[in-house]
Amino acid sequence: MQTSAATGTKPAVLSGLTAMVCIGLAVVTPMLALIAIAPAMPDLSADYLGFVWSITRFTVLQAGLSTLLSVMAAVPLARALARQASFPGRQAILRLLALPLALPALVVVLGIVEVWGRQGWVSTVLQHTGLAGPLNIYGLTGILIAHVFFNMALAARLLVAALEQIPPENWRLAAQLSFASRHVFQHIEWPVIRSALPGIASLVFMLCIASFAVVLVLGGGPRATTLEVAIYQSLRFDFDPPRAVLLAALQLGLCAGLFALGGRMATDIAVMASVGKPARRPDQATARLTDTLVIAAGLSFMALPMLAIVLSGVTAPFDAIVSQTVFWRALVTSLLLALTAASLCLVMAWSLLAAQRTIMRRRTPSRAAALLMSSMQAAGSLILVVPPVVIGAGWFVVLHRTGLVNSAAPVIVAVVNALMALPFALRILRPAVVGQAQIHDRLCASLGLSGVQRWRLVDLPVLARSLTLAFAFAAALSIGDLGAAALFGSADFVTLPLLLLQKMGSYRSLEAAGIALLLAGFCLGLIWLAEKLRPEATAQ
Amino acid sequence: MSGADIRLDGLQFAYPGGEPFHFSTSFDAGSFTGLIGPSGSGKTTLINLIAGFEEPASGKLYFDGVDAAGTEPAERPVTMVFQDNNLFAHLDVFTNIALGVSASLDLSGDDRTEIAGAMEKTGLSGYGHRLPRELSGGQRQRVAIARALVRDRPVLLLDEPFAALGPALRRDMLRLVSTIHKEREMTVILVSHDPADVKFAATHAAFLDAGRVMANRPVDAFFSASDIPGLQGYLGT
Repeated sequence: MQTSAATGTKPAVLSGLTAMVCIGLAVVTPMLALIAIAPAMPDLSADYLGFVWSITRFTVLQAGLSTLLSVMAAVPLARALARQASFPGRQAILRLLALPLALPALVVVLGIVEVWGRQGWVSTVLQHTGLAGPLNIYGLTGILIAHVFFNMALAARLLVAALEQIPPENWRLAAQLSFASRHVFQHIEWPVIRSALPGIASLVFMLCIASFAVVLVLGGGPRATTLEVAIYQSLRFDFDPPRAVLLAALQLGLCAGLFALGGRMATDIAVMASVGKPARRPDQATARLTDTLVIAAGLSFMALPMLAIVLSGVTAPFDAIVSQTVFWRALVTSLLLALTAASLCLVMAWSLLAAQRTIMRRRTPSRAAALLMSSMQAAGSLILVVPPVVIGAGWFVVLHRTGLVNSAAPVIVAVVNALMALPFALRILRPAVVGQAQIHDRLCASLGLSGVQRWRLVDLPVLARSLTLAFAFAAALSIGDLGAAALFGSADFVTLPLLLLQKMGSYRSLEAAGIALLLAGFCLGLIWLAEKLRPEATAQ
Repeated sequence: MSGADIRLDGLQFAYPGGEPFHFSTSFDAGSFTGLIGPSGSGKTTLINLIAGFEEPASGKLYFDGVDAAGTEPAERPVTMVFQDNNLFAHLDVFTNIALGVSASLDLSGDDRTEIAGAMEKTGLSGYGHRLPRELSGGQRQRVAIARALVRDRPVLLLDEPFAALGPALRRDMLRLVSTIHKEREMTVILVSHDPADVKFAATHAAFLDAGRVMANRPVDAFFSASDIPGLQGYLGT
């Protein structure tokens, strides 16, 4: 009976610590490398600085406008969806709004070009009716459309979730006091929206600052290039590491600054979780017509590009696609990467959470334990501050000096993909782990269930549902990733998104449409399977 | 296995921002003590300290004279039955009980016989493959008691495990605990909010008020006493 009370808890904390150190090394090593070559920066001419300044300005400008438009569109859409609780197909619409999060950006861009491009559906209609000439989607316009597609959906879902938190008594009270729609907005909805907006807006802004695939395809030239894309171009086309370093430093400073400012960033990225059954509201009937119009507009904006992906995908020349060995190489590479990245991501997420769970068990953690706890939480979301392309660029520079770029490429891409998925995996797993800990911790402690035994008998069966979903989400994110892979792509290292980018670049749009549909199918299929297969551990 | 005696020597504990508790008392081996007192008086905290779920800031806790400082809950000679969440919802009744024998579920033939015996004693024969959600509240607590039986530790701590049951069912459960107490000669401590339960099942009664043990005496002496500060106010007599 003389063993230390700490011995039983140490392995979990130790593995969490290891995960934290590995994450730190994966991110900090390339940063140090970038700093190490920084003194070699020679050119500080006015032209050069002007170029850097215009890219930085455009990065902030497009993110700001994207955020503004996304949020402005999301507020009425969320209000309408929250108010019309019995709207036909409401659940399906909410699920549709969740899809963009799992769809590869490149695939969405393709769908948006189909709808909004020069030869797209909208242009065709405009020309036939003689209203306007064909639209030009390349440049700021296209970037904004794509960003609003992704982020209006995200913001609307977060807002609907916030609005559904309003207690039903508020609605009964509103009915009793015969509130008109504007009173409902003023007294009930707006306070909720106002408190949710800063977090949502800063999350959207952050995502747009770090957007890569959208800007790579729809942007162009220094007038419509973001820092992320410029870093990629300076390494892959101009091979100018010092410039990449300067741009990476700017990007990092921008993200870190924003992160410090927007400490209230929305931390609940509602991944695929369905929204609960909402309250019946007294103002439902009067607002029905306007709400229907708003929902229809939002729905067509969201559904058309997805429809375009499917329609142009099903007519793609699949026999030509599957006859190319490069397609099969890309497929295998993408699947292996996804499997590795998702496994790595789950191991990291679990190590961090198990350690935090162990530390939290102490009602009064020591100062050191509290510090460790917050460092672990920071490690989990480090990727939000240090964008994947910046990490990739750092590793690219390190490995280029040692001549290992090609052989290390798959490893680096898998690690960066795992890091990208980590915040999402933690979001999915944390509530489940914390809830499970509250129920089972004392029982496990009294029965001496710990370590592997606890994992096998309790954690795994109870958390299987969340673990599967987190795995599927990480795999989907990795399959669709372009940012990390683009830097390291070569004749020997091709992923499906890289192949898609090649096809788009060489105007093989029919083949591109086929690959895009396959990619979308993989990502959505993974999540769908995870939701179907996950066995539900029932509460007592 | 017969009971252990428990001694609390100036055991101090405080929740962050809360008033400190200060416990000094002892429980004889083989006694059955009912703990009563107003909510917030520290009943659950006291047995959490004994079970090892809370660490005292200072003071000593002895089981049969051995200092318990720094031992894990699973290493202490204690089984605790909680108010709820005593069972793993995804594991069946048999497995939930078997975890009391072996955390890795390595069961010998004797172990299985013993588990079957405990199930019979608690009226759970034939329920081995049921999941907790298929049981009534009383049956779930019986599973927890069956597990306490197979664990066979000298001390049994009960944290209001029957509070959610109706009066008749509660009496049945108390009778069951009382029978087990007599057969195994365990040291039992029952947290209760009903003095009648304590009179019914316990050999001793203790009164807690404002984080202190005000009295701990045999049941008859306890309930006839008039010198225990705060007790009369609490009982409303």
